[in-house]
Amino acid sequence: MRLGVSLNPNPPQADKGEANLLGRLFLIIVLMGIIQPIIPLGAAELVPPEGFRAYDTPWDGGESISLTWRVSPSESPEVNYIIYIASSPQGPWIEAMKIRSDAFYKTGALERFGFRKKSKDFHELQIDPRRYFASDKNRQAIYYFKLATARGEEFVPTEQVVSATAKGNWFNIYKINNLIIMMAFSGVVIFFIIHARRNPNLFLRKISGLDAVDEALGRATEMGRPVLFVHGLTSMGSISTMAAVNILSRIARRIAEYDAILKVVNNDPIVLSVSQEVVKEAYLEAGRPDAYNPDYVVMVASEQFPYVAAVSGIMTRERPAANFFIGYFFAESLILAETGAATGAIQIAGTDAYTQLPFFITTCDYTLMGEELYAASAYLSREPMLLGTLRAQDVGKAAIIVILFFGTILSSFGIQFVSQVFRAF
Amino acid sequence: MQRLLNIDRRIIFAAVGLAVIASLIIKFSLPVPASPPVQRIYDKIESLPVGAHLLISFDYDPSSKEELQPMALALLHHSFRKGLKVIGMTHNPSGTGLAEQAMNSVASLYQKKYKEDYVFLGYKPGGASLIMNMGEDIHTAFLKDFYGNDTTMLPALEGVESLKDIDYLIDLAAGVTIETWIAFGKEKYQFEMGAGCTAVIGPDMYPYLDSRQINGLMAGLKGAAEYETLAECKAQAFKGMLPQSVTHCLVVLFVLFGNVVFFISGGFRSKRRQSR
Amino acid sequence: MTFQYFVPHPYSKAFLELMTRWDRIIAGFAVFIGVYSLFHLHWTRIRRKAAGWGYSIFVFLGAFITIAFGLYNGGEAFWHDKKEGTMFDWLFLYIQVPAGATIFSILAFFMASAAYRTFRARTVESTVLLLAAIIVMLGRVPVGALISQYIPLAADWIMGVPNMAAKRGILLGVSLGAIATSIKIILGVERQYLGGGD
Repeated sequence: MRLGVSLNPNPPQADKGEANLLGRLFLIIVLMGIIQPIIPLGAAELVPPEGFRAYDTPWDGGESISLTWRVSPSESPEVNYIIYIASSPQGPWIEAMKIRSDAFYKTGALERFGFRKKSKDFHELQIDPRRYFASDKNRQAIYYFKLATARGEEFVPTEQVVSATAKGNWFNIYKINNLIIMMAFSGVVIFFIIHARRNPNLFLRKISGLDAVDEALGRATEMGRPVLFVHGLTSMGSISTMAAVNILSRIARRIAEYDAILKVVNNDPIVLSVSQEVVKEAYLEAGRPDAYNPDYVVMVASEQFPYVAAVSGIMTRERPAANFFIGYFFAESLILAETGAATGAIQIAGTDAYTQLPFFITTCDYTLMGEELYAASAYLSREPMLLGTLRAQDVGKAAIIVILFFGTILSSFGIQFVSQVFRAF
Repeated sequence: MQRLLNIDRRIIFAAVGLAVIASLIIKFSLPVPASPPVQRIYDKIESLPVGAHLLISFDYDPSSKEELQPMALALLHHSFRKGLKVIGMTHNPSGTGLAEQAMNSVASLYQKKYKEDYVFLGYKPGGASLIMNMGEDIHTAFLKDFYGNDTTMLPALEGVESLKDIDYLIDLAAGVTIETWIAFGKEKYQFEMGAGCTAVIGPDMYPYLDSRQINGLMAGLKGAAEYETLAECKAQAFKGMLPQSVTHCLVVLFVLFGNVVFFISGGFRSKRRQSR
Repeated sequence: MTFQYFVPHPYSKAFLELMTRWDRIIAGFAVFIGVYSLFHLHWTRIRRKAAGWGYSIFVFLGAFITIAFGLYNGGEAFWHDKKEGTMFDWLFLYIQVPAGATIFSILAFFMASAAYRTFRARTVESTVLLLAAIIVMLGRVPVGALISQYIPLAADWIMGVPNMAAKRGILLGVSLGAIATSIKIILGVERQYLGGGD
């Protein structure tokens, strides 16, 4: 590393020629005009930036220190800033970062500086000091920083040494938009749940897929064939699977009442355990615990296509009278539903995997599309508290429509802050 | 007419099978121009400096190998040729074999050394929680690589403490992992990300492409073929374009045939009358 | 997780790391429940000589061979690092890979038959759907560009504009539904997934 300043040593020699002085002067002016845009600072001296400052990055987990400094007139793509870090003011100094001088402006960090006009006059970046001092376990350690400007061999250090400590914060203010939206929507849901208790007669539009459940189960009972419930591929952590299990519970109770056979296939061991418990409980509630057979709620494979092969095998061998495909599905949706269609079963699908919806619509008798999957449990049970959440969803949807409408108009006129309000940082 | 409308599905299966076989036997060539989302992934990798870190998450299993493995190979060809440090991992336990095979086979072509030029972290369960773990500290998420080496001692991982230090991440997915990477990785730890996926879930990814949460997308075999063309390593995907084109044409012909029969049989008129 | 999303403090991060580690450990152990269920199902089928019980033998055979070679690890015991080029790898590459790909390829056949049965110009709406399907099918393969340079552009427009608009509508509904379901679960209004009643 070279420390020191290299100055432009030789000032241009004055022309001592006498003839046509004006013409030469004109030529020089013209040439300057051409050359200047090509090498704007070619001969200019490097000017070190001012206002170098270090501070704990606000609202973070204590993993970084922010550095900021004013824009310098020397900045160009050829000029770099070099940042040095040390654990003591005397050094030793480690080169932490080398950046282009025309990068890392405050304008790039909208979440911290918004649309302030002055943002373009300052550079700002974050450094994780523990990257360079990994062995330092002291969370309160002070770190020291120096800044230098470099262009090729030229090198201008800033003598100022700044310091800061990276401290952890208990709240990330930049996520306040998400928190407000989350609380507002949760509030609406809770309001309608309470409201639904007092006023249980909520209107619910007809969902033919769910109205057909009884028809499908009745058909299975008459034919003496089983009903097959196929879970999607996602695990218990997925909301789709939880919704599917809720529907399974309602279906299982009716099957227990009808005295039909329910077979449930799974591809995830945790979903399997939950499904077994749910079906068992449903039979118990229907007053027929003896009719529950744990061998009918099984895990057939953990991988996608072995699962498909196993379920298709069950369909073709046992020829269920009704197939339910409920949950989140992938490429297997069409294979399963087409095999089921070939066996002549009445098929009801429900998925929020909107890519798979066309496949189910083309091959199944009824399809619950998207949010209908979540509404199914409320629809089948007609529980006022569950129905209340559906009203909250409608209010949420209305709010989104209004926001989208006005947001589109504002954005069309170049007012961008609306999109920033909803941005996830 | 009714018999033609309800044609036995086995006849359709046989026709598709014959069309695929014929297109594999008869040699002809089709141009495969790159679409902008694929071009952007190529350009991003092209813009990375030598020694930059590229993380490829091989989140697929043998069942989607035909679409995603060619993408992986083309990406690796391009990355190794550019001198990038490639970090491999998978969220799918059945994906380890494919990822390992892809990395080792392409690395050997460019004389790249394991540990120094590329590493394979292997499989870890957890999905979102694993990503968050990696976002905090990649070395605690993967204490050892696939071969049991201590990840803190691997030269290829030098300068990579967490996901924040990754220069570019590409998720090759046959499932929901792209969304998981976006929600729990990219949004939280702020790194640039591209994606490759099967054709079936390709349309699912367009919103993320539009919102620039992923900078590029390779969807299905066509995406892989386009990347192979860009990276100048035409192979499986490029060859696969022939049977795929023929099958698509055949399906279109079947649909047209079905509609002609439907029209001749008067189905269209009777349906319209019913709807009135 | 919701809490940690808003709280960046190291203690919160450490807690999240601990919980996610536990989550992964529990997920690992849950595999045993799945294996037990699978083996129990097929053992019952063999014992009762249920229809197609012979196939169940292959489940045990396949599992036994794979586990045996996995433990054998090419001569080194399983507690050592995994060896390359073992019989385990061979089983994976030459049995599991082609078998998975075969099942996946069935999709092409089923798609053709489903398209033939479904895409009929019964109404004006279904005619629009039919035309859109034909344009997208051709636009997604190089042959579309050979027929006309506008076909891929039209396919991209269909995918990017009307298709996207419909999908976003569904996605917004799905997201609100998912949040409402989560709140129902958190508040204990919905307890079916726990096997509980109303």
